[in-house]
Amino acid sequence: MALPASAPDATRTEELGRELDRLRAEIVTGRGAADAHYIHTVIAVQRGCEVAGRCALAVSLLPPAWVAGTTLLALAKTLDNMELGHNILHGQWDWLGDPAIHSTTWEWDFATPAAAWKRTHNHQHHTYTNVVGRDRDLGYTVLRMAPEQPWHPVHLLQPVFAALLAPVFEWGIALYDLEVDAVPSGRKSLRSFLGEATTLLRKAVRQSAKDYVLFPLLAGPSALPCLLGNLTASAARNIWAHTVIFCGHFPADVHTFTYTEEEIEGESRGEWYLRQIQGSANIEGGPLLHVLSGNLSHQIEHHLFPDLPSNRYAELAPQVREICARHGLPYVSGPLWRQYASMWGRVLRHALP
Amino acid sequence: MVHSFRAPPILPWAWLVNRLTSPLTVDDYLGMLDPLWSARHPAGRVGAVRPEGPGAATLTIRPGRGWTGHRAGQYLPVGVEIDGVRHWRTYSITSPPGDSDVTLAVKAHPDGRVSPHMVHRTVPGTVLRLGPAQGEFTLPEPLPDRILFITAGSGITPVMGMLRTLARCRTAPDTLLLHSAPTPAECLFRDELATLEQELPWLRIHLNHTRYDGRLTSDRIAGVCPDWRDRDAWVCGPAGLLDTAERQWASVGLEGRLRVERFHLTPVQPPGEGAVGGRVRFARSGVETDAAAGTPLLAVGEAAGVPMPYGCRRGLCFGCLVPLVEGRVRDLRSGELRHGQSELIQTCVNAAAGSLTLDL
Repeated sequence: MALPASAPDATRTEELGRELDRLRAEIVTGRGAADAHYIHTVIAVQRGCEVAGRCALAVSLLPPAWVAGTTLLALAKTLDNMELGHNILHGQWDWLGDPAIHSTTWEWDFATPAAAWKRTHNHQHHTYTNVVGRDRDLGYTVLRMAPEQPWHPVHLLQPVFAALLAPVFEWGIALYDLEVDAVPSGRKSLRSFLGEATTLLRKAVRQSAKDYVLFPLLAGPSALPCLLGNLTASAARNIWAHTVIFCGHFPADVHTFTYTEEEIEGESRGEWYLRQIQGSANIEGGPLLHVLSGNLSHQIEHHLFPDLPSNRYAELAPQVREICARHGLPYVSGPLWRQYASMWGRVLRHALP
Repeated sequence: MVHSFRAPPILPWAWLVNRLTSPLTVDDYLGMLDPLWSARHPAGRVGAVRPEGPGAATLTIRPGRGWTGHRAGQYLPVGVEIDGVRHWRTYSITSPPGDSDVTLAVKAHPDGRVSPHMVHRTVPGTVLRLGPAQGEFTLPEPLPDRILFITAGSGITPVMGMLRTLARCRTAPDTLLLHSAPTPAECLFRDELATLEQELPWLRIHLNHTRYDGRLTSDRIAGVCPDWRDRDAWVCGPAGLLDTAERQWASVGLEGRLRVERFHLTPVQPPGEGAVGGRVRFARSGVETDAAAGTPLLAVGEAAGVPMPYGCRRGLCFGCLVPLVEGRVRDLRSGELRHGQSELIQTCVNAAAGSLTLDL
């Protein structure tokens, strides 16, 4: 259920803003060699898993090689998408001064080109988080996730859409980033739409050719199991990414907002923080869950500080939770199964008028 | 003059393998196994750090696959990682071209962040990122008949590279080095200079110690080297010395025979009145945008949402090179204009001079 945004008084909100700014400053000044070592390690592990997975799938006529190869490749694709791609493209690692690990040069093994994704995700979603009518991530233009969104009979089918979307999530995101809906409304020119569609097509062909043509061909007699392994790894990564992202914004207790453009423009730093806290949800679990989810299990911390290195969210979480408790703010957090069930409850609930 | 940059050759099998590693390249994997195997991000490994006078050291570096060589007298952009963050600085190369190792002379500035790290806290085995060697403060081909080097302080370092190169020639021009240091103890390469002078019949060295002799003035230069008008001259040191030399050579209309090297880069500044920007087209991404005459193309591209390769953002590391398909760009440091036709330009220090197309 989407609740109306609770509004603590202005003084408390400004105090909240100052406390969170202080937390942010502590992390920024403390960034150093250990953080650099972390991201270098993740990159090395990701590439290691990818090479090992591809090698195993090249001889995947042998069932154990198929299982190992598919698992390693799924792991590599997940790390590339979540802990590396998502976070590097947020600019979390720009401070390293390394041209090879930078938001302006990074490209990922994902259908949508990095530049298109940065526009819809970094800019639109992170600015207008959960504002009905402004945040297109609120249902990704096809699902109805808040009571304020108008109901149409087609929404009766949205549980089916949501389930079908999961295994092909990267393609859903790629099409979504094209913003077809912005062309008739005049927000995007046909010319720039066609330009972006061409860029997407080129990237998508390159990534698909690699997974579904070149590597299977190289596998010779193992071509078919190799192809199936690659399909399985991509689907597993997509289902996992869909799960993490939907659990980060759509459990029942996450708020949606009906702010006008002027209200968003006039938002203070404290009010912005407040909306980010109320519009996100965390997933509780161990370190492996956090790494594999790209630390989006700390979705609240990520939305407060999208450009701080993801490896620091775990140490920020208890402090943010404490601040929320002190200010009487909700801090939506729970184990994966509970957030997942809650998210589906919301999908089902809003399928109906 | 255009800084030369030679892209590493693309091997025949590289096309297929790069398709298999997309969106990465084979280079990304090679560079991860050993940074020296990366051609896209050239690197070198420090072999030795040798003290070179007070607060100075010579670093011996074994460059990797991406190294494209240098000419005597050039300087080298070096990226050094300190506490996780990469910093870029330039240092003069003191080794002759063609050696398997490159040596750099670094003087630690007491208030600096990078140079003290290079001199005091760099150990053998450290990996440094390397830019392509730069600079036109070099020996010409063929060599002139007579040479005059005038240096002060750490301005000796690029000249040291030239002296060592000349020392390997069978015949070298008659050469006079006029070097100024505060005291004998603070003179870099003092022992080596003495040895060189003893061994090389064509080399004369005159040391000036400012503590006792005062600074180098036009009169003093003319006094030590009466035939200065007949020599090709190279001057490197503090701005005061360079200004003195420039006035002295200009007063007799011989500025063409004088080469100076300024250690402090001319700051990036917007061009003067009358300069116009233009429309910038990014050929691959299909983006088009207007660019002001004083805005680096890197900033123009980033503002338009084009993924721009980038590096030090100061014109040092050449990490931002992009082929200019057509049109003209203006170097924001020197005001110099450059034309297209697939020339690689540094987007961080070049702005649009009219409409242009970048291959990006």
